[in-house]
Amino acid sequence: MMQRRHLLQGAGSLGLLSLAGCASDSLPTSAAGGAVPAKARVLVVGGGYGGATAAKYVRLFSGQKIDVTLIEPNDAFVSCPISNLVLGGSKTLADITTPYASLTKNHGVRVIKDMVASIDPVKKVAVLASGPTIAYDKLILSPGIDLMWDSITGLRAAQGEGRILQAWKAGPETVALRRQLEAMADGGVYAITIPEAPYRCPPGPYERACQVASYFKAAKPRSKVLILDANPDVTSKGPLFKKVWAEQYQGIVEYRSQHKATAVDAKTNSVKFEIQDDVKADVLNVLPTMRAGAIAVQTGLANANARWCNVNYLSFESTAAKDIHVLGDSIQIAPGMPKSGHMANSHAKVAAAAIVAELAGWEVNPAPMLTNTCYSFIDARSVIHVASVHEYVAAEKTFKAVAGSGGVSAGPTELEGGYAWNWARTIWADTLG
Amino acid sequence: MRLRSLSMLKPLAAAALITAAGPAAAQDAAALRQNALAATCANCHGTQGRAIDGAAVPGLAGMPAGYMVEQLKAFKAGTRPATVMHQLAKGYSDAQIDQIAAYYAAQKK
Repeated sequence: MMQRRHLLQGAGSLGLLSLAGCASDSLPTSAAGGAVPAKARVLVVGGGYGGATAAKYVRLFSGQKIDVTLIEPNDAFVSCPISNLVLGGSKTLADITTPYASLTKNHGVRVIKDMVASIDPVKKVAVLASGPTIAYDKLILSPGIDLMWDSITGLRAAQGEGRILQAWKAGPETVALRRQLEAMADGGVYAITIPEAPYRCPPGPYERACQVASYFKAAKPRSKVLILDANPDVTSKGPLFKKVWAEQYQGIVEYRSQHKATAVDAKTNSVKFEIQDDVKADVLNVLPTMRAGAIAVQTGLANANARWCNVNYLSFESTAAKDIHVLGDSIQIAPGMPKSGHMANSHAKVAAAAIVAELAGWEVNPAPMLTNTCYSFIDARSVIHVASVHEYVAAEKTFKAVAGSGGVSAGPTELEGGYAWNWARTIWADTLG
Repeated sequence: MRLRSLSMLKPLAAAALITAAGPAAAQDAAALRQNALAATCANCHGTQGRAIDGAAVPGLAGMPAGYMVEQLKAFKAGTRPATVMHQLAKGYSDAQIDQIAAYYAAQKK
């Protein structure tokens, strides 16, 4: 062990290779034997839509010539998109889970199951929770979101007791919330509170309301779904969702805007609001204010409102630290750019290309493009979407939606339901396959 | 400015890329940009245009460039109906469409 620690801390170009045996048995033998020349090292922190895609595409764009290590604490990737269908009951957690093995097998990415405890942007090293130090030439940070527990009094304790859940990071908590819905008696009330934008997945809470309503309509028809939104109106696909609530879920879904939650009481299962009256519910799903993942905040990268990370949109390099590129939900978004899985996957490709260009000594692409397609299931089969294409506008140093592009569905269809499931399976393969 | 080839890489402090790039590698800055542009389609159509098993949308790898340009322009003009492609195609210039089509035509199915 001493020898391994010594090698890692030496931060030599071959230092990482000693760790490779822990996570990968499919490295080229020449690499394992240490015969290859020194290589550029990219360290990716976080294996979600942003980080896993970036790890894969740095390998693809460089012809497998750049050394890529991915640090991720979970055994497998669990998708947030589609996870609302687990609450609705038409999908299981297994349906939305993808292993990391293909990143190693197909692309030679070293995957290390660990957390990053700290990053030193000056020395260009990251320290893992288990102890080793890893040196990098480029660090890609894609830690997702952090829930700001203190934005709602009493929420951290209520969550800790398992009483008031969020399930805003898909996984065991998604299943726990489904169990609360199953245990609720017919005639009960499920209430979801939504924080002020920006938050992860703008249409997510509204899709979730539809999924719970779909379950109630079939299994507990006297029950109600209450949406308590801190925003002045539905933040995504508003007219489409409102039509579905008024028609398909008439008498089940009620939408109330201008409801900013400030406190919860786990004993009475109630929520307090800044202005409006308290609301009591049988199943409470309270979403607090969100910010960049903790490691980004801790590293001093959350320089927008102390919540999100400003980046140079040409390369997604942090404006606070050289050679650290921040992707996905953690960034300060450009106008019209949602915090979505598809968008994180798009960020990752732009960043991967920029990193390969920089390491090769080429000019970074001055005109990158991003896309976003976001499908929402309004029941087990029918879907509505919002889509957009974003171009870099050099004069304003930001991304903007291309004029005349993008749009939403005319209304829910099962045809789009088929495309939505196809989207999910394809983007999982594009991210991890 | 003439694009530098991989064999003329700037030496990096810690390391450098290897001269002989693999088959999928971008050989120069222009190819890298084309790869990244085409990758904006991969989220839905598959990495390097290779669709998943039982895909509901076409794989793009090996699609003849002329056909793909024609279809994307038809989506853009609204003459080919779609659920989402008519909205996405409007986000790309004709020059970008030509680059995307050339990239996918060159990919193995």
